[in-house]
Amino acid sequence: MVNKKNLLEVKNLHTSIEDTEILKGIDLTVGLGEVHAIMGPNGSGKSTLANIIAGRPGYSVTSGDIYYCGESIISTQPEIRARKGIFLAFQYPVELPGVRTWQFLKSALDSIRKEQGYEEMGIREFDKLLEEKRKLVEMDQDLVKRSVNEGFSGGEKKRNEILQLALLDPKLAMLDETDSGLDIDALRIVAEGVNNFKGPEKSVLLVTHYQRILDYITPDYVHVLLDGRIVKSGDSGLALELEQKGYEWIRESITSGAKT
Amino acid sequence: MVQAPYKNEQLLADFQTLQENSVAWISEIRSTAMDTFGEIGLPTARKGNEKWKYTNVAPIARIEYKLSKPAAVSLDQIKATAPWDDSWLNLVFVNGVLRSDLVRSDVDGVSVFSIAEEANLDEPCSTIIDYLGSVTDVSDEGFAALNTSFLSDGIAIEIAPGVQSELPLNIIFFDDGTTNSISHPRVLIVARPNSAISVIESYVGGGSKCTLTNSISEIIVGERASVSHYRLLAETDETYDIGYGRVKLGSKAKFKSRSFFRSAKIGRYDLNVLIDGEGATCDLKGLYFTSGSQHMDNFINIDHAKPNGTSYLFYKGILDGRSRAVFGGTVLVRKFAQKTDSIQYDKNLLLSPHAEVDSKPALFIYADDVKCAHGATAGNIDADTIFYMRSRGMDLETASKLLIYGFAGEIIDAVEIDGLKDFLEDMFLTALPSHKFEF
Repeated sequence: MVNKKNLLEVKNLHTSIEDTEILKGIDLTVGLGEVHAIMGPNGSGKSTLANIIAGRPGYSVTSGDIYYCGESIISTQPEIRARKGIFLAFQYPVELPGVRTWQFLKSALDSIRKEQGYEEMGIREFDKLLEEKRKLVEMDQDLVKRSVNEGFSGGEKKRNEILQLALLDPKLAMLDETDSGLDIDALRIVAEGVNNFKGPEKSVLLVTHYQRILDYITPDYVHVLLDGRIVKSGDSGLALELEQKGYEWIRESITSGAKT
Repeated sequence: MVQAPYKNEQLLADFQTLQENSVAWISEIRSTAMDTFGEIGLPTARKGNEKWKYTNVAPIARIEYKLSKPAAVSLDQIKATAPWDDSWLNLVFVNGVLRSDLVRSDVDGVSVFSIAEEANLDEPCSTIIDYLGSVTDVSDEGFAALNTSFLSDGIAIEIAPGVQSELPLNIIFFDDGTTNSISHPRVLIVARPNSAISVIESYVGGGSKCTLTNSISEIIVGERASVSHYRLLAETDETYDIGYGRVKLGSKAKFKSRSFFRSAKIGRYDLNVLIDGEGATCDLKGLYFTSGSQHMDNFINIDHAKPNGTSYLFYKGILDGRSRAVFGGTVLVRKFAQKTDSIQYDKNLLLSPHAEVDSKPALFIYADDVKCAHGATAGNIDADTIFYMRSRGMDLETASKLLIYGFAGEIIDAVEIDGLKDFLEDMFLTALPSHKFEF
């Protein structure tokens, strides 16, 4: 039986892309109100995990399952997952030439509201809401009138992701290396966005390479992903230990553990 | 051997009829052009003719056309097919013939001359004497030579120095499509120094017969003058449309061109801009949406002959069905055209695996202190983009609609006349498919 208090349960997930196995049996449980950090070196599969939960096509799940709110979502379309409250902030947000940010955000919000049985939001009400959220992420007013992410700086693109998080108000927020390449101000804004989002009915899955963002967002759990497996889990202390000793330390401790 | 658009005997008979009792000046223009046409004929894709490499005119030449005749068409019928606002300076041609009841020419500083009326005078207006044919070289363009051989109707407009017309000139060429017919419209616009005007040219029609519209528009933009030229091609799918735009810019002149293609069986717009004065700028944008088995060829050449000029060329195409689009032409920066700034881009969105685009923008630079960029893209809507939008809750249909509208909207947004912009939004956005993409 799947526990209803767990927002997300990943069970023995194996996935591959073409013939390469990327995830080799992931078990992960995220309870309501919890913040989990997934750390790991490049190529460990941590981004894949977040993308598969969001429903990115192109991967094949060879075994295992993903439960969200107690239901399997493994064959659910990505837009349905989004409407049910799963959100992924992209590592590389996509540019949409000619699609105005304002229009994109309204269309997204209306799609999600429709699923929840609400009418499309009136333009005035939406403008007010957008303005409030925009100020929260300190995004330039001109950017919402421009094409989505087109000509945005790296920091502006990430702020736009956090703006979407704030506006769409999902249940599960996944951040795929949102912190990489950000200067300290942008990092602070991203972290504030996540901290504002947090709550007893919300969960966060933070995928990151570095410990840096965890200075601003304290995770309840830290998992280390290595070669497609979660090899170590712990509290926020694990992140600090990783920062000091590096991923090699984990790799060695596993290998030596296997020998004994 | 001359390949003519219809049987040579018919062509020559029509030509002779036209020349009978003609006044000297126009008779001479026509004869010279007919001699040229006799030598070069219609273009073919053979013998390395790069200019016409991707557009085969054989289907156009195969039809037996009659010269267009006037017809009774209601204004409502015209308004239903072309952009219209009662306040604009509207000029309507039906089957190539100016409808004198639909001419508005009561604006100070904007002189409007009917070429058909001027053609009866031994001495036409100075606008025609000084400028008609002055920027069009017909020596290597068969269709242009043919247009000039049959020069008989059209419009010549002169905007007096310093006059800034707030009202756009709206020129409509409507073909009723009741017979297989050919027309050779002619437009001449002379914007004198420091003047400004917007001009809309719409090529539209109805009916089910095959028509060929073979037009030349000459635009002379004087020193510090400004012309915005809108061109819409939205005929029936039985029509052929060959159009020439010939533009000459004086010092610090500004020229904007917005060209829209929506429908014709085969369309070609050959636009040539000569930067003939220092510091002139041209900004050329276009949108073509081809579907079914339509074919649209944009051939655009910009000649930077003087320094400090800028040319900004940005065309977009959406291709569906088995349609085909061609984008060609060159930006030439001559040796003395230093400090030229030029961008040339063509972007295409392919909605069907059977559609084809041949995009070949080219640059020839002979000056050493210039800033030039060019490029062409053709692609589908990619999987990453669609996933990004779906991950925000939008279904495939909403996502693709936003993307296609957005793609087209960038060009439509560059229309600065409200009534025209609304018309184009209606015409393009309702026609664009809301594709479902499978990944």
